[in-house]
Amino acid sequence: MTLEARSVPRFTPTFRLQWEQAQDCFVILYPEGMVKLSGSAGEILKRCDGERTVSGIIGELRRSFPTVESLGSDVTLFLEEAHGKGWIQFV
Amino acid sequence: MEKAGSNSSENGTPPRASCPHWLLAELTYKCPLQCPYCSNPVEIARYQKELTTEDWVRVLREAREMGAVQLGFSGGEPLVRRDLEEMIAEGRRLGYYSNLITSGVGMDEARVQRFKEAGLDHIQISFQASNEELNNFLGGTKSFQHKMEMARLVKKYEYPMVLNIVLHRMNIDQIRDILDMTVALQADYVELASTQYYGWSRVNVDQLLPTREQLENAEQVAREYQLRMEGRMKVIYVIPDYFANRPKRCMDGWGQVFLTVTPDGTALPCHAAGQLPLEFPNVREHSIPWIWNESPGFQHFRGLDWMQEPCRSCPERFKDLGGCRCQAFMLTGDAAATDPVCDKSPNHQRLLEDVERIGRIARSGDTQAKPLLFRNMRNSKELMQESKALLPPSKHRPGPGATPA
Repeated sequence: MTLEARSVPRFTPTFRLQWEQAQDCFVILYPEGMVKLSGSAGEILKRCDGERTVSGIIGELRRSFPTVESLGSDVTLFLEEAHGKGWIQFV
Repeated sequence: MEKAGSNSSENGTPPRASCPHWLLAELTYKCPLQCPYCSNPVEIARYQKELTTEDWVRVLREAREMGAVQLGFSGGEPLVRRDLEEMIAEGRRLGYYSNLITSGVGMDEARVQRFKEAGLDHIQISFQASNEELNNFLGGTKSFQHKMEMARLVKKYEYPMVLNIVLHRMNIDQIRDILDMTVALQADYVELASTQYYGWSRVNVDQLLPTREQLENAEQVAREYQLRMEGRMKVIYVIPDYFANRPKRCMDGWGQVFLTVTPDGTALPCHAAGQLPLEFPNVREHSIPWIWNESPGFQHFRGLDWMQEPCRSCPERFKDLGGCRCQAFMLTGDAAATDPVCDKSPNHQRLLEDVERIGRIARSGDTQAKPLLFRNMRNSKELMQESKALLPPSKHRPGPGATPA
């Protein structure tokens, strides 16, 4: 699928996204497994709530991390990857 | 599971423990099924005094505080415990991802719903075969239709669906039917787990070990479905290591990732380790941090310092960590030996010969020569009696399946 600015991603309910103190990062949990997320991946995924649009998420992240260059394209790329792995769906 | 990393102690510093990632709670060894390949110890009849709900809640809490995140409720059949709902709820409250590993027998829609409300994340149902007759024969119980119904409920209640089928000589040729069944049930993950020869399956190895030809066919079919179902159903195919030349990286390292607690509270670095000639701590007497960090049982094979030759100087030791300690003990009598699956092991040839011997039995089609021994409390008691008669008294007596190959 092609990702559009007005697409609305939501974290797939058969996975679980949570902050793990022992790992000091967000993780994705699924049957018998776990993926540790980078700081930016965690920031993006926790905003995939089925309400915010892609452009809304990018806008919010720009305000929180104003010094990051190429933020928009990084977020788009990551969301496409996350969609490929089944972590997010588009509502 | 993400690798927790092994802690090498090459430079002489004592091996340092990471934190347990995975807590496997074997709630009970009671089970309505009698699968002859069960990985439980043959001494199941000995485990009468089970931990209480309060004991389990403390174990869950202490392991979680150390950083454990995956929680497996297993057995026996965990559904036998009527306090399972309570433990699931506690697991959720603590922030675990909880996995129910079950035959499905003892579950109905009301219970599936209660589990959902309590916060269970995933239900894994085992099938013995894809046809009713063989499934019911292997399980020793009329369970096939019920399992199908439970699998549909798992889907209905929006759990991720994992189906587990243990493969062996008697069902491996039906792998295509098995995979078609899992596709029809819309499984998200399928574990085709080749029987590992511990516990009951070791007793029944002559009747269960597949032939090389069977394995080659199964591997090909599994690969075909892996490609065809990519992105929809993940097919995990585990080859039986008796046919490999290098050992498996067992448990991702001793005392690195896994913590098993048996029904009577014994803490183990792996669910098969109870057969080893080591003292293992009990959660009734010790805290989880002490068990994990300090207990001699968990320290024993941690790191690489325990190794003998040929492992000790082998360049591959960091990769496979010397293989499986239980297998080494079962096949050589020495728990610190190189896993005989490795072709560098002086015992590898003996393993090959045994596989050949079993292959001849398989090809002769003589399945009656030695009947399957089903996993139940009566047979467990008999096996314990026999092993007492055969072996000199010893606290660390291996099980009856432990005769060297």
